[in-house]
Amino acid sequence: MGNITLNKVVKAYGKLEVVHGIDLDIAHNEFVVLVGPSGCGKSTTLRMIAGLEDISGGEIHIANELVNDLPPRKRNISMVFQNYALYPHMSVRENLGFGLKIAKQPQNVIDQRVNEAAEILGLSSLMERTPAELSGGQRQRVAMGRAIVRHPEAFLFDEPLSNLDAKLRVQMRTEIKKLHQKVKTTVVYVTHDQVEAMTLADRIVVMKDGYIEQVGTPMEVFNHPVNTFVASFIGSPPMNLLPALIVSGAIWFDENTSIPVPSRLAPHVTEGQEVIFGLRPDDLTPEGHGIHDSGEGTFLELKIDLAELLGTETVLYTQIAGSEVQGKMFVPRDVTPGEVLKFRIALEKTHLFDAKTKKSVRIS
Amino acid sequence: MRWRAEKHTPYLLLSPAILTILFVVAVPLVFSLYTSLTPYRLTKPDSINQFIGLRNYERLLDDTKFWWAFGRTILFLTIALNLEFLLGLGIALLINRITWGQRTLRTIMMFPMMFSPILVGFQFKFIFNDNIGILNNALQSLGLTDGAIPWLVERDLAMFSIIFAEVWMSTSVFAILLLAGLFAMPKDPLEAAKVDGCTPWQVFRHITLPFIMPFAYIAMTIRSLDVARAYDIVDVMTGGGPAGRTELLWTLIARVGYDNAKMGQANAMAYVSTILSILFTWYFFTKLVAARRYMGGAA
Ligand SMILES: Nc1ncnc2c1ncn2[C@@H]1O[C@H](COP(=O)(O)OP(=O)(O)O)[C@@H](O)[C@H]1O
Ligand SMILES: [Mg+2]
Repeated sequence: MGNITLNKVVKAYGKLEVVHGIDLDIAHNEFVVLVGPSGCGKSTTLRMIAGLEDISGGEIHIANELVNDLPPRKRNISMVFQNYALYPHMSVRENLGFGLKIAKQPQNVIDQRVNEAAEILGLSSLMERTPAELSGGQRQRVAMGRAIVRHPEAFLFDEPLSNLDAKLRVQMRTEIKKLHQKVKTTVVYVTHDQVEAMTLADRIVVMKDGYIEQVGTPMEVFNHPVNTFVASFIGSPPMNLLPALIVSGAIWFDENTSIPVPSRLAPHVTEGQEVIFGLRPDDLTPEGHGIHDSGEGTFLELKIDLAELLGTETVLYTQIAGSEVQGKMFVPRDVTPGEVLKFRIALEKTHLFDAKTKKSVRIS
Repeated sequence: MRWRAEKHTPYLLLSPAILTILFVVAVPLVFSLYTSLTPYRLTKPDSINQFIGLRNYERLLDDTKFWWAFGRTILFLTIALNLEFLLGLGIALLINRITWGQRTLRTIMMFPMMFSPILVGFQFKFIFNDNIGILNNALQSLGLTDGAIPWLVERDLAMFSIIFAEVWMSTSVFAILLLAGLFAMPKDPLEAAKVDGCTPWQVFRHITLPFIMPFAYIAMTIRSLDVARAYDIVDVMTGGGPAGRTELLWTLIARVGYDNAKMGQANAMAYVSTILSILFTWYFFTKLVAARRYMGGAA
């Protein structure tokens, strides 16, 4: 059983603590993505699971076994590194089979598993080349092949796609997803790219400054961010966050501009509360050009500053009470800057955060 | 007329270099090759005009002294290079581990290379001297031995002493080059190997060592040329003795050429020895080229 448990795990470099007692339960065969801005402690956490960094405090269990003091070779995990970390003096075949050879597997087992992995990853024609003779994408595949031949309890990926160009990254992302469906195993995947996190994860772990901000399925994290950080980090373009005040059942952006408090959130706010209003661009759409045109809604007349054409949709830059916001126009028509449009806000999709704690009013 | 001047300019500019090479390399080479085909003796200058073909080389074939020196040189080279490699590797690995004082240690390591081999020879001649040498004095003061150990006189000990001096002088060549290799080594494959199930020894054996071997081959290429023509240390420490037991190729050649004045015979020996050096160097060089093939930039 490849389940992984982190219990109050701390990492400190000397006096500097970089991971502050995080808890996380990863189920057998689950694909978990650690996502967060660079420097937030994702790699450190992953490397503690791998055994490449000492654990300063807390406990890590892999397959129900305490691994704090086990060296990496005794943890039965595979890792794919950001810059591939292939063995430069070995051919692709030797790279793939190295772990099995060290484990003293019989040669026929090695051959069979290596060929099987090569088949899955489309490496069969490259087996005799050295890493120096491969492209970035091919090296990435070898690195993944090396991880799967060993049939480990868990795969650990540390930003495996960040050295690839944009197109290849999308392609390899799909391949990793397919691979996980073929080779069912626990995966812990680190990335700073929220799109990768959303597309790959069974569950997303959003990290910031060595803390876990939120754990949930991609839809949970997207639809119910627990604080403004998660709200702005997940989703592209990012959620609009506007300071506002609750007065007599309405959200006031300034003396002249207000919208009703969404009925879903009304029980959670108090009169006079300072809040931050969260509105995704998808939910601020010119009338007749939205995707949520039924349900609770309200309207605002807004002047367009700039329109960015993306083809199937247009991103509209405008302002609500002096704060810049982005909206979207689906099934777009031509828009000229300066034009005033009647926008619909899909109220049931909006969010309110307490201005002081930055937490969603639903939980604070 | 101008086109002619331009056509000749490159040759004109190159002529100092060409002349230098001609007089420093080509002429002595051709001259020595020619003398190896004559019974030239320094004491009888006329003998240089007498052409005897390959007779000097034929005589070498059943010259046991020469072949003993030949074999001893190969043995000397093999033992010295292997010892220097192993010691250098050990030193490089240790220095690679420490986190401070690396620069200072690297500089200190260069010291033995800065001394002339003749000085190193004298230094060890006095260390190993059986009567006044500090080694025997130290051993006797510590009560480890009673009598004087004949370091430079007993035949196997003499060879050992020379190898010791050679290793002392040149281990740092290996250490420095191997350390450069360790510094250039990417860290990721080491971590990948740990995760792949390697013990620390296996990481070293399968990842670190193959990576730094090209650096060892560079050192061996350089050193094999040097050691194969070893002369000064041996001449100073034992003079090839006792009874020719530490005679290497070049001490023998010098003896035949200058002491016995048989320059033609000595030059024939020198040509055979040079082929030996070339063979060793070529061998290590091919090893180097093979090992370097994969180091074409895969991180
Ligand atoms: N060896 C180290 N010594 C000191 N600080 C480190 C070391 N490695 C990482 N850190 C610090 O730990 C924090 C987390 O690093 P890391 O886990 O690599 O971040 P991420 O992978 O999320 O970008 C960073 O602030 C980084 O500067
Ligand atoms: Mg990282």
